[in-house]
Amino acid sequence: MQQEHCVIVGGSHTAAQVVASLRLNKWEGRITVVSADGFLPYHRPPLSKTYLAGTRSLDEILIRPSVFYERSEAEVLLGTRVTAIDRANKKVHLDNQTDLTYTKLVLTTGAKVRKIDQPGHNLAGVFYLRDLSDVDHIREYLGHGKNAVIIGGGYIGLETAAALRGLGLTVTVLEAMPRVLQRVTAPEVSAFYTRVHAEEGVEILTGVTIQSIDGDKRVESVTCGDGKVINADLVVVGIGVLPDVDLAEQAGLTVNNGIVVDEYARTSDPDILAAGDCTFHYNPLYDRHLRLESVQNATDQARVVADTICGKLEAYNALPWFWSDQYDLKLQIAGLSQGFDQVVFRGSTETGRSFAAFYYQEGRLIAVDAINRPKEFMMSKKALVERKSPNPELVADESIDIKQVFQD
Amino acid sequence: MTQVTFIDPAGTEHQVEIENGTSLMQGAMDNGIDGIIAECGGACSCATCHCYVDEAWVAKVGEPSDIEKDMLECVLDPQPNSRLSCQIIIDDSLAGLVVTVPETQF
Repeated sequence: MQQEHCVIVGGSHTAAQVVASLRLNKWEGRITVVSADGFLPYHRPPLSKTYLAGTRSLDEILIRPSVFYERSEAEVLLGTRVTAIDRANKKVHLDNQTDLTYTKLVLTTGAKVRKIDQPGHNLAGVFYLRDLSDVDHIREYLGHGKNAVIIGGGYIGLETAAALRGLGLTVTVLEAMPRVLQRVTAPEVSAFYTRVHAEEGVEILTGVTIQSIDGDKRVESVTCGDGKVINADLVVVGIGVLPDVDLAEQAGLTVNNGIVVDEYARTSDPDILAAGDCTFHYNPLYDRHLRLESVQNATDQARVVADTICGKLEAYNALPWFWSDQYDLKLQIAGLSQGFDQVVFRGSTETGRSFAAFYYQEGRLIAVDAINRPKEFMMSKKALVERKSPNPELVADESIDIKQVFQD
Repeated sequence: MTQVTFIDPAGTEHQVEIENGTSLMQGAMDNGIDGIIAECGGACSCATCHCYVDEAWVAKVGEPSDIEKDMLECVLDPQPNSRLSCQIIIDDSLAGLVVTVPETQF
């Protein structure tokens, strides 16, 4: 009988977890990871935080050390791309002109950054922030007193702003929407982040479009739609990501806002699975299809992939959660707030740096943003999984212990 | 390198060597200790690297920070010797450390 061979395309959180979970499940087939990245899978969240700030090194952000892959008997091909999938012959073609034959193929292709196309977007000193090498290049441009312009006031943009400010740069954030984090938080939370960034010396300009990026050989300034010119020694663009579905599309798999997978992480070809940022999948807790950009989804879906390959059909059923560290703010987000019709605050968003926002939809708790409120986060995570909704009046009353709030 | 023992929920002991200066959590990940999930990779954000420090070692590993304390209060079955393993940095003084991995992290 032909030996089982699982080929994993992509080399990030999901890939590392698929390897770990397959071996934890005692799967004995051959495993090959094909990664375009030049490094073993590493934690991505620190890229815009501690790795950018220089307080954690590559070794400290590797998800697993090289010895883990050796012990797991997983071959990792770094700096190697899959150029096409041949479903009929169950093969993938690699850019080193070789083929790999698979019995199970796992697509963990992740996401690629959305790019800007204004004049000057190709100038030296204009960066995106997705891979480790992006940050290594950004770091070459850093220095006390230099001017950084961040395009995009989402989490990546704001985390980058905080890290660069901490390194002594002058930082301006340009956001096209009327407020930062508009897509993901309540207006009060956006206002809170704008206040803290101002207190830390970062200027945030909202409702701003980009006219051009200007400079001779390298970037010197950014011109806004209203004519305002901002000096820039470097520009970091963080305007979101798109799922990397190229291979899946070329292979004729069903793609719709990501690679469509069922609750067992199978694509429209049962021998091809997919997990992580690249997938469009059903979430039972929210009763809708989601595409998530998160470590949680990457690792939880990777476990489902491994189970499915091992013949244990365990449906994906996980609560989305996220975190963001900026300055001394630890934001922990449980659930998805999109579609909320009521938001209740525990603590003040206008003073201090600690509160939690509870999002409700038709009386049901759907998400919580907890800022320096680990207890609120932990209790909410449990409640959301159990589909319990604390009384909003009790939530808002800080004289009642948070554990009490969730008991009643 | 410092020797540490993880006891899994079934009671099996796993003796591993952990590089000084790295966290107990990283040591668990590097050595494939089942039951330490460490979703956030050591950012003290997820509380999925919870462990119980052997009573003899509680004082030596030191006190958790306020944020860690708050997280620990809300994990499944918190005990006075509960810690997040990502917040314990290994050095020579912890040679022989014994910790128990909980049944579940959720």
